[in-house]
Parts: sequence; structure tokens; C-alpha cells
Amino acid sequence: MNELPLLSLLVALPWFGALLLWLWPKAPVRGLAFIFCASTLVLGVIAAAGFDPTRTGYQWTERHAWIPSLRIDYHLGLDGMSLLLVLLTGVVSPVALATVLRRLESPRLAALLFLLLQGAALGVFVALDFFPWFICWEFSLVPAFFLIKGWGGAGAGRAAYTFVVTTLAGSAGLLLAFAALYAATGTMNFVDLAQLQAEGRLPGLLTAVGAGVPTLAFVGALVGLAVKAPLFPLHTWMPATYAEAPPGVALFLTAVMSKMGVYGFFRILWVLFPADLRVHADLLLLLALGGAVLGAMAALRQTDVRRMLAYSSLNHVSYCLVALFAAAAGVKGHEVAVEAALSGALVQAFNHGLSASALFVCAAALESRAGGSREFARFGGVRAVAPVLAGMSGVALFSSLGLPGLNGFVGEFLIFRGVFGLAPWAAVVGTVGLLATALFLLTFWQRVFHGPPAGAAAGPFPDLDRGEIAVLLPLCVLMIVLGVAPGLITPWINPLVTGWAATLPMP
Amino acid sequence: MTLSASLLWLIPATPLAASVFGLFAPRTARTLPIAGALLGLVAALGLSVAALAGALVDPAVRATSDFAWFTFGAQTLRLGWLLDPLAGFMCVLVTLIGLLVALFSTAYLRHDPRIGRFFGFLSLFVAAMLGLLVTNSLLLLFICWELVGLASYLLIGFWYERPAAAAAAKKAFITTRIGDLGFLIGLVWLHQATGSALFHDGGAGALDAPTLARLSSTLLPGGWAVSTAIGLLLFVGAAGKSGQFPLHVWLPDAMEGPTPVSALIHAATMVAAGVFLMARVFPLMAADQGLATVPFHALTGVAVIGAVTALLGAVLAVAQNDIKRVLAYSTVSQLGYMMLAIGVGSWVAAVFHLITHAFFKALLFLGAGSVIDATHHEQDLRRLGGLAGRMRVTFATFALGTGALMGLPFVFSGFWSKEAILHAAEGWTVSHLPFAAGLVGVVLTAFYMTRLVLEVFFGKARGEGAAHAEESPGLMRGPLVVLAVAAVGLGWLGLPNWPWLQTRLQGGDWPVHGLGEGFGLMVVSTALVLLGIGAGWWWYGRVKRTDARALDPLARSWPAVHAALAGRLWLDELYAATVGRAFAMLARVAAFFDRWVWGGAVEAAGRTAETVGQVNRAVDEDGLNAGFDNTSEHLRGSGRRYAKAQTGDAQSYLRVVAIGLAVVGVLLLWGGVR
Repeated sequence: MNELPLLSLLVALPWFGALLLWLWPKAPVRGLAFIFCASTLVLGVIAAAGFDPTRTGYQWTERHAWIPSLRIDYHLGLDGMSLLLVLLTGVVSPVALATVLRRLESPRLAALLFLLLQGAALGVFVALDFFPWFICWEFSLVPAFFLIKGWGGAGAGRAAYTFVVTTLAGSAGLLLAFAALYAATGTMNFVDLAQLQAEGRLPGLLTAVGAGVPTLAFVGALVGLAVKAPLFPLHTWMPATYAEAPPGVALFLTAVMSKMGVYGFFRILWVLFPADLRVHADLLLLLALGGAVLGAMAALRQTDVRRMLAYSSLNHVSYCLVALFAAAAGVKGHEVAVEAALSGALVQAFNHGLSASALFVCAAALESRAGGSREFARFGGVRAVAPVLAGMSGVALFSSLGLPGLNGFVGEFLIFRGVFGLAPWAAVVGTVGLLATALFLLTFWQRVFHGPPAGAAAGPFPDLDRGEIAVLLPLCVLMIVLGVAPGLITPWINPLVTGWAATLPMP
Repeated sequence: MTLSASLLWLIPATPLAASVFGLFAPRTARTLPIAGALLGLVAALGLSVAALAGALVDPAVRATSDFAWFTFGAQTLRLGWLLDPLAGFMCVLVTLIGLLVALFSTAYLRHDPRIGRFFGFLSLFVAAMLGLLVTNSLLLLFICWELVGLASYLLIGFWYERPAAAAAAKKAFITTRIGDLGFLIGLVWLHQATGSALFHDGGAGALDAPTLARLSSTLLPGGWAVSTAIGLLLFVGAAGKSGQFPLHVWLPDAMEGPTPVSALIHAATMVAAGVFLMARVFPLMAADQGLATVPFHALTGVAVIGAVTALLGAVLAVAQNDIKRVLAYSTVSQLGYMMLAIGVGSWVAAVFHLITHAFFKALLFLGAGSVIDATHHEQDLRRLGGLAGRMRVTFATFALGTGALMGLPFVFSGFWSKEAILHAAEGWTVSHLPFAAGLVGVVLTAFYMTRLVLEVFFGKARGEGAAHAEESPGLMRGPLVVLAVAAVGLGWLGLPNWPWLQTRLQGGDWPVHGLGEGFGLMVVSTALVLLGIGAGWWWYGRVKRTDARALDPLARSWPAVHAALAGRLWLDELYAATVGRAFAMLARVAAFFDRWVWGGAVEAAGRTAETVGQVNRAVDEDGLNAGFDNTSEHLRGSGRRYAKAQTGDAQSYLRVVAIGLAVVGVLLLWGGVR
């Protein structure tokens, strides 16, 4: 245990910032909000600096008895996956906050809500007991709901409602799963449960509660996480939400909150239910592939920039899940493929966060110059009038379609390397998604950026201003740097991935 | 001075640095980006010559220098650089042609406000191609391969305000990406099967003999060797990049880019990549050759596709009216010859032809550029004519390039490299069809080039542009002359009785033939060239076109054939109607299902839950609340939370969560204080 409660600070500082904004009506809102928002990146870097990448297990742990009668602990900790996602949150949050607050006349409430959301997401990534984890998981919906409803587009009310209700329905499953786990084991601590699973006692304990209980617990957790990630076909809340939410919030939803789902798949399903995952791997793989391929196909039909990006996110996150499910069914002799798939899933989760953020910022820039319209038809020839916007969104776009040299390729290569070794047919089918992704992104690019200036671009169409460049430039630099040197982030997850591959019960 | 393998990265790095410099220079800058690009290319050329010199000291030696890229799990991905004569010759070729094209472009694009950007993209293009040439890793090769695709996308769509250019750029990227998906699968399969991303790795690399023996002896269901499958997948990638049937459709459309870009794409930097890849991984492609049991050999597929492409490209070139399109289909055809050569087992002949073709095709495209520039962007050969007298240097050099492309005997480089291919095809034991296709292609090549030269340079000017054309400036004529010298002379490096180039490429002995052995074939192919020229003269030379609107003579003789050829055999339309429509249909179905079926199902489920929730709440509040009021707070809090979680009752659920959070906050503060 460390002296400095770093992770508590990490989660609490954004919330503290929100509290300050609430209690101090005359606060310099933007300055204050950005300081607390950026605290995540600072603390994340400190955590990374003090993180020993050669060690498996959790670091920077804090554990205190919380509700002893229920054996609930206040337990935080960081492994490579958490670290990666904390850093992603650290990078993305200021971008999202800047996009949310841009041109807002009274930014106080929005900033307050955003900081609450940010803290909740961080809580999910570092909590190691289901109780605090689930509180953060659920609580994140509250600020997200109000942000979407309050600052979104015309259909935002309905979208926010669908978003919250669908996610809540999923959460009911999660709650059910952990109720079953608690009933069986008397603990909801991830580490303790993982230990029981490692000792091979967990399935037996669950069966002891009732015959259907193991399945119930697995399916419950699966549904809860599947809605969040989302796993096809539970993604239907997504297009409308991403389209109607304010761009900064949509950005945070896809970059960070979808990763809460991916994170949960690893932290809960992968660790606690490996046998069930293996049994259902083929079906789940098929669903994830459906998300990857049909998501990209559906994106081809969209003419709304943000709906297209929503399906693009479905496509990219689905590749993470394809890798996870393929790895779950891994067999002996294919350990390298399992390692590749798992590394690919985590790297892809991180990289998608970067490129999707940049794309949403660019979408926001386009919208704000076209009176809020997001239709392709309202644009044309933007590259000629706004070359900086074109250049930066070009980097994000090619990163998104997996161009080598940019970050997106690394995850995709690892995923295909792994999945091909484990389920060759899935890799082959998955390439159709890659093709469709290139097709819809370049079609979007062609219609909006190429050709003679038309629509909004025919009128006064200023290029990116300094604020927008300041937001996009770090993302673009990161996309290039991590494309050339993925070794900057992979060491954190390598021991974790190797450990997962080693403990996978392979026949 | 020679360049060691550990410094090979400098060759792509210099143009890459120039590219970064050019792309970050102020948008209106002209001189600095141009100077940077030229400097980068000169430096890269110098380094390439040094590298080649080093490689030629002992052609049998492969110098490698590897490095770790990153580690996933417990596996370290190693990439590396490789220097052998193949890489050395190709680097010199690419940098030399790149430099000449860049010089030409300074004049050709002198009026373009974005010329600085152009040179940035051009440097990127060359840098990516050079990286592809000197790598010791299929993965690094793939990375550079895709960057070549990116640069070509940017350059083909350089005039992006023009919808046709934007569409052509997308088409090129997407069509080659279809091939790249095959490449990607082949790549991951190879890594899976060998555990190494390197070509040569002290026996463990993908092209080292022990690995090849393993790959060819591992059989798949159906009796196929693993090496056959991987080889064919890599060939799919090569087919996309090198314009092989059925993925050739992007290449003619790529004409929408500025003409110097076409010269580069068709000569050195883009289409050459596929042929180079096949040459590089030839040991893998040929690994299944010794096996009598496998049902199919990888190289057979290459030979068949190459032969079909050689013939198809030549046929389609016959009826094009755009000067650049004629040349584009000619490239398709010539690339088919190269693949044919690889398929029949002679990658050395393929690379020989790749080198000679690069020079004379760059010459022809730059010559076309000179014509287009002088005639104020007239590309339709029906409205050209009579330029031989007005543009003497352009005509003379274009004529030399034409001689090389047709393969006029003994003098021209194209003759010797084409002879090498035909000779190899003649000796192929599997089938004589590729050889026959090659011979027919020779007639057609001579025919369409005769037509092109007659229409563009002879007769009278049939358009305003042609009537007032003047010879192009010195910066454009200079590269033409240099390329013309190479187009004539380069063939002498690989004579059958003095195979200097072949011996070096092979890195070992190459059979030396007297000129007598292949003499019969030379006579036959010369006769075929003359036949093609004669036929061209018959249709287009006896009576020269006087009116731009006059019907093509071939269309008068054989209207149906001409219509089919002018319509490019409707292959583009066929793709649009089949693959394109299927894809669009799938997209429509996906979007429909998404909106109405999945969406509807989830919506219905949500509605049901909502209704249940409301009923439950009614029961809850009216029926049970009174009783619950008297029970303890603890029971109520936890019990109802579980119950409501399953009802989807959003508001009260949120309330519980909010209260829970408040509790957490208090506890946290309390814990912190303590």
C-alpha cells in the first residue's frame, strides 16, 4: 500500500471540482473546470511513472473496510488495463470538456455535470469492489442524461431517455449477476472473486445456490456489459444518442464510456466466467462480427456525420470484442495468437478513443459552421476553404480506417493476427468490415471535403480557430507517435496479457 | 563508398524529411518545398547508388539489420532492413525517376498555387516506396505499401476540387485496398506460421530455407500447401497494387492526377510495388514447385492472371481516345507481362522488364505531359495531330519511348527485357497459353502505339490547342532526353550473351546463351511487331484523320468490336452492377435491420419493461406501500432497490443511486479525515 492515496485523489478531484463549482457561484468556471479536468492526466502520468510494468497484479492499491457487515470494501487499484484507460480518460476529458463548453454562455452547470461524469468513469476504471464500481457505473448515467437532455439537439430528450433506460435495463442484469455472486461467495470484491475462480471454486459455489444460477449470473453480467460497449444487436440506443447529444458528450460516450463496457468484459466476464465465455464464444463472436461488419455497412448508408461516426464506433469497438471472444475460445498451441488478440483489443480500445475523439471534434467544427446541420449534403469542398480542418480530420480519418503509420493500424494488426490464429473464418469475414470502413470514411471525405466548395462551405466558412487547433493538435500528434512507436503503451499491458493467456483454461 | 545495412533507413528517411518539411511549410511557399524535395531526392539517389555499389561487391550476400518494433504479450515484433542487388537496383531506379519527374513537375505545375504541397506529397510517395524496397520484413513492407497507397490517394486527388479527381482517388484507394485485405490475411498467416515478421532471420525468417520447407510441407484440407495459400493471398495484394485483372480498373482512372504523378505511378512508385513484392517473396511463391502432390501451384495462378492482364490491357488500349488512357492500359498490359514472367518462374526477367519499362513508360507519360501542357490541357487524340513538327524534342523522345515499348529489335531496351520474358514463357512446361498471349500482346502493343503516334504527332492539327502548340520549356525537355537515353540503352545491361544485370539480381550464375539460341523467337516477335505497325498504318496512317469528329477507322471497319473496346468491355459497369450493387444492397439491408428490426425489438422490449414497471409501481404504491411504511428503513432501502432494478423504473432507480452516491461521498470524506 502506498502512502499517497493517488487513486482516491484521481477519482475525487473531478468531483471536488464539481463541488467547488456548485458552492462557488462566482467561480471562474472555465479555468476551474479545466484545472480539475486536467488533474486526471497529471495524476495518470504520475501513476504511470510509478507503475512497475514488470509486475502483474494491482498497483497503487487502497483497501479499507467500508461496510464490514456486508464485507464491502473501499478497494481501488490499478493494473495495466486500468492505467491505459485512466490515461485515455485523462487525454480525452479536456478535449471533451472544451468541446462541451465551446461557445456556451453559461458554462457552469455543464462543466459541473461533466466533471461528475468524468469522476464516475474514472471510478469504474479503478474500483476493485463491485459496490463502489457499480455506484460509479450507474452514477455516470445521471450527468450524462442531463448533459444530453439539456444541451443536445432537437431529439435529445427522447435520445437521453432511450440511452438511460436501455443502459439501466442492462445494469439490472449486472446487479442480478453480482447478487448471485454475493449470495454464493459472500463477497463482491473483484480480486477475491478472481481468486476463487483461479482456485476453481467459483462455479461450484454458484451451482450450490441453485442449478440455473451460474447461467443467470453469466447472462446478467453479459447483457449489462453488452449494452454499454455495445455488443451487436444491443447497440440501437447508440446512433440517436450520438447524433443528438452535444458533440463533446457524444465524444466522451464513445471514447471513454464505451470503454467502460470493454473494460467490464475483461474485468468481470473474462476473469470470472471463462468457462461460460468459452461455451458461448462462437455465438458471441458472431455477434461481435455482426457489429463490425454490419456496423460498417450501416455506416455506409448514413448521411448524418454523427450517425455515421456512431456506426463507425460500433464497428471499431466490435473489433475489440471479436478479439476477446476469439481469445476466450483459444486452444493450446495458440498462446501467441491469444496474446496478440488480447493486446490488440486493449490497444484498439485506447486508439479508438483517440481517433473517435478527434473525429467528433471535427464533426463539431463542421456543425458549428453550418448552423448545426450535420447532413453531408450541407457541405462540399471544405478542404479548399478550411485546409487545417481538412488536414487534422484527415489524420483522424486515416487513423480510424487503420492506415499503417498511424495508431489505428497497430490494434487492428494485432487483432487480425490473433483472430486469424484462433478463428480464421472470423478474420476473413472481419476484413469486409475493414473495407466498408475505408469506403464510408472516404465517401464522407469525398462528399464533405472534396469537390468545389458548396453548401455551408460556399459561404463564410472560417478554418479552425486557435482553440480548436489546441484541442486537435495533441490528438493528432499522439495518433502519429503511437502509430510509429506503439511500444510506448504496450509494456503496461504485456504482463497482464501474458498472464491472461497463461491462465486461460485451454483444452 | 558503400552504405551498410544499418544505415539503409537513411534512403527513405531523406525524402520523408523533405516531405514533412514540405507539408509543414506555409501553404503558399513554393521555392522552399521544391528545393527541399529535390534535395531529398538527390540525397536519396546518392545513398541508393552507394547502397547498390555495396550490394554489388558480392551479389550473393544479403546484408540485414534488424530492430525491435514493440512487444505484445511475450512476443517481440522485429522489423528490419535488407540490402541485396534487387533492393539496390530498385532504389536507384525509384530515386532517379523520382528526381526526373520532380524536375519535370517544377515546370509542369509552375502555375499551380499548391505546388509546395505537391512536392510534399511527391516526397512522401517516393519515401514510402523506398521504405518498401529496403525492408527485411513483410510487416514493414505492408506498412510502407499502405503509405504508398495513401500518397497515391493524395496525388491522384491532388486537384480535389474536380469531382472526377476526387472519385478517381477514392476508387484507387478502395480497389487497391481490396487487394490489401488479401495481403493482410497472408501477412498474419505467415506470421502465425513462422513466428517471425522478418524475411531473413538466420534460418527462422519467412524466406529462409528451413521455413520454406516447413511451409510447403504443411498441407491444408484439400491437399494445398500452406505456402501456396499464403503466396496466393500475397498475390491478391500485388494484383491490386499492380493493376492485374480483375483489380485493374483503378489504374486508367488514376489519370485524373497531374500527369507527372501518372508518370511516377506507372513507372516507379506504385504499380512497381506489386511486381517487386512478388520478386521479393519469390522463394515463398515457388516453395510448392517441387511438390507433385499439391493440386495447385501458386505461380500457376500468377502466370494465368498475368497472361490475362497482358492481353486484356493491350486489347483495351486499342480503342481509347485519351492519350493518357492509352498509356494507362498499356501499363496494365506490361504489368501483365511482368507477372507472367514471375508466374513462369523468371522473376529476374520480370525485374529486368520492370526496370526498362519504368524508364520508357515514365518517358511516354512525361512526353504526354509535355503535349498536354503545350496544347492547353488537350488530352483527346482526336483533337491533337501534327505535333511532330512543332514539338521536335517531345516527338523524338516519345518516338524512342514508343520503340522501346513496342520492342523494336536490338536497339531498344524493351526488346531485350520483353524477349527475356517471352523466352521464359516459351520454356514453361505447364501450358503454352501465356506464351501465346504474350505473342498476341506484342502485335497489339505495336498496333495501339502506332495509332497513338500517328494520331498525336502526324496529320494536321485538329484542335485549337494543337494548332498553336509550342515546344515545352527546358526543364521539361531535359528529363525527356535523359529518360530517352535510358529507354534505348538500358537493355544492353541484360543481353542474353552478356547477362550482367541478371547475374547480379540472381546473386549467382545465370545461364549465358549465345544470341543464336533465342534467335528464332526474336525473329518471330520482330515479325509480330512489324505486323502490328503495319496494321496500325493500314487503319490510321494511309488516310490521316482530318476532323476531330470523324469516326475512328476501326469503328468503321468493326463497329461492334470497337464499341466493346471503347466501353472497356464494360468491366467497370459489370463491377458496379455486381460487386458494387451487392455491397450497396448489403448496406441497405444492414441499415434497415438496424433501424427497424434490432431497433424495433429493443424498443419493444423497452416498452414492455416500461409497462411492467408502471404496473409494478401501481401495485407497489397502492398495495404495498402502506405496509412497507411500517418496516425498517434498512429493509426498505435494500429490498426495494433490488426489486426495482428489475422493473426498469428509471426515476426511483436513479434516486437510489444518487442517495447511494451521497453516502459514498460522506464515507469518503470521513475516511479521508480519519
